[in-house]
Amino acid sequence: MSLRVAPDQKQRVTLTVNGKARSGFAEPRMLLTDFLRHELQLFGVHVGCEHGVCGACTVLVAGRAVRSCTRYAVQMDGREITTVEGLAEPDALNVLQRAFARHHALQCGFCTPGILLSATQFLRQNGAPSEAEVRDMLSGHICRCTGYAGIVAAIMDAAEKMRRGE
Amino acid sequence: MKPVAFEYVRPDTLAEALAVLAERREEAAVLAGGMSLGPMLNLRMVRPKTVIDISRLPGLNMIEIRSDRLVTGATVVQADALESPVIRKELPLLALALPWVGHFQTRNSGTLGGSIAHADPSAEVPLCAVVSDATIVLRSRRRERRVPAGEFFVGALSTARQPDELVVAIDWPRVSPHEGHAFEEIAQRHGDFAIAAAACEVVLDADGHIGRVALGLGGVVDRPIAVDMQEVVGTVADGATVQALARRIAANLEPMEDHTATADYRRALARVLIERVMLRSIEAAKGKA
Repeated sequence: MSLRVAPDQKQRVTLTVNGKARSGFAEPRMLLTDFLRHELQLFGVHVGCEHGVCGACTVLVAGRAVRSCTRYAVQMDGREITTVEGLAEPDALNVLQRAFARHHALQCGFCTPGILLSATQFLRQNGAPSEAEVRDMLSGHICRCTGYAGIVAAIMDAAEKMRRGE
Repeated sequence: MKPVAFEYVRPDTLAEALAVLAERREEAAVLAGGMSLGPMLNLRMVRPKTVIDISRLPGLNMIEIRSDRLVTGATVVQADALESPVIRKELPLLALALPWVGHFQTRNSGTLGGSIAHADPSAEVPLCAVVSDATIVLRSRRRERRVPAGEFFVGALSTARQPDELVVAIDWPRVSPHEGHAFEEIAQRHGDFAIAAAACEVVLDADGHIGRVALGLGGVVDRPIAVDMQEVVGTVADGATVQALARRIAANLEPMEDHTATADYRRALARVLIERVMLRSIEAAKGKA
């Protein structure tokens, strides 16, 4: 039977986030971004433009980097989501995050979680990217601090370290 | 911003989806990847009473060869189309255009059918459909209707789809062995909406004359358009011929004006892009003759 949720009805949404079964409630119009922040307290999901342009809210859904502001929480029943909180153990940084720190790939940090998630999928698909490919992937994110040079350097460096098995 | 409150329906079958669409008609919006509808909902440019989520409908995400045609389902995700060896082999023009569609992150969610149904004047998938002479397959509770892409796009964000109809598939002619292709666009930044885009496919005859040619423009007027190329069929189409033709075609255009470009600038881009895609697709066709 098809699922029908009335405009003001709160629907239970059960999904896997950062490897754990989670659930919360959402009206149909609740953005996935707001659900992750307000229902599941994952404040690493940042709210930028709210219309799919800036990339700050990017999360992985089934391993793919997508804008969470143009998906709705009710659509996500049964899906597997990764946010920046799931990239490494609490209080630890993974190879990519350490490269961001080393290359000053962030200043204010607002765009960083989204970029980390895009880069995570990107490097899984392409372990030895060219700088042009990294820049093409980054065209889906807006960073107003760094000028992108540090971000590109960090991703190239992380790719090399991952190839060496670090 | 947040959307106005709406009812959410996630049908399990195509029949259920079509029944809800028949009942709600203009008050319904169809949601697949959300890369066009999402922003429009959030900006409240659309205020549907009901949103019908077709992203999990079975049978709509196939890529299937049917004799001399290739059928792509409406909910095929653009990233999957880009990675598909079948599309690379059978629809080389679409394969060339897909890297220009939005960004890595939006292609992970946006669908082929969504791009067709949304009908942005500068969108790449509709332009390919027009140039390739694809057919848009629509279903309603009453019937299936097949509309040639050249007749489907009526104006900006406006198509021949009736309120009770759903875009279910795009039916493309498979590539013929000696076709050459080219796709090119100019935007403010890669991934932005095209200010102008051009696509071309060419088949040369045994003597190197143009046997068949289709050329289209996107982003120039309010919908993707095919350009009449009859006058170059049977000619050699060297650099000078192509240049003169591009100038004539561009002179007859009445381009849009917006914050990114004046009509004159769009006309100039169209001229340059026509030249580039024609020469490039002729070169590519020579390689296959």
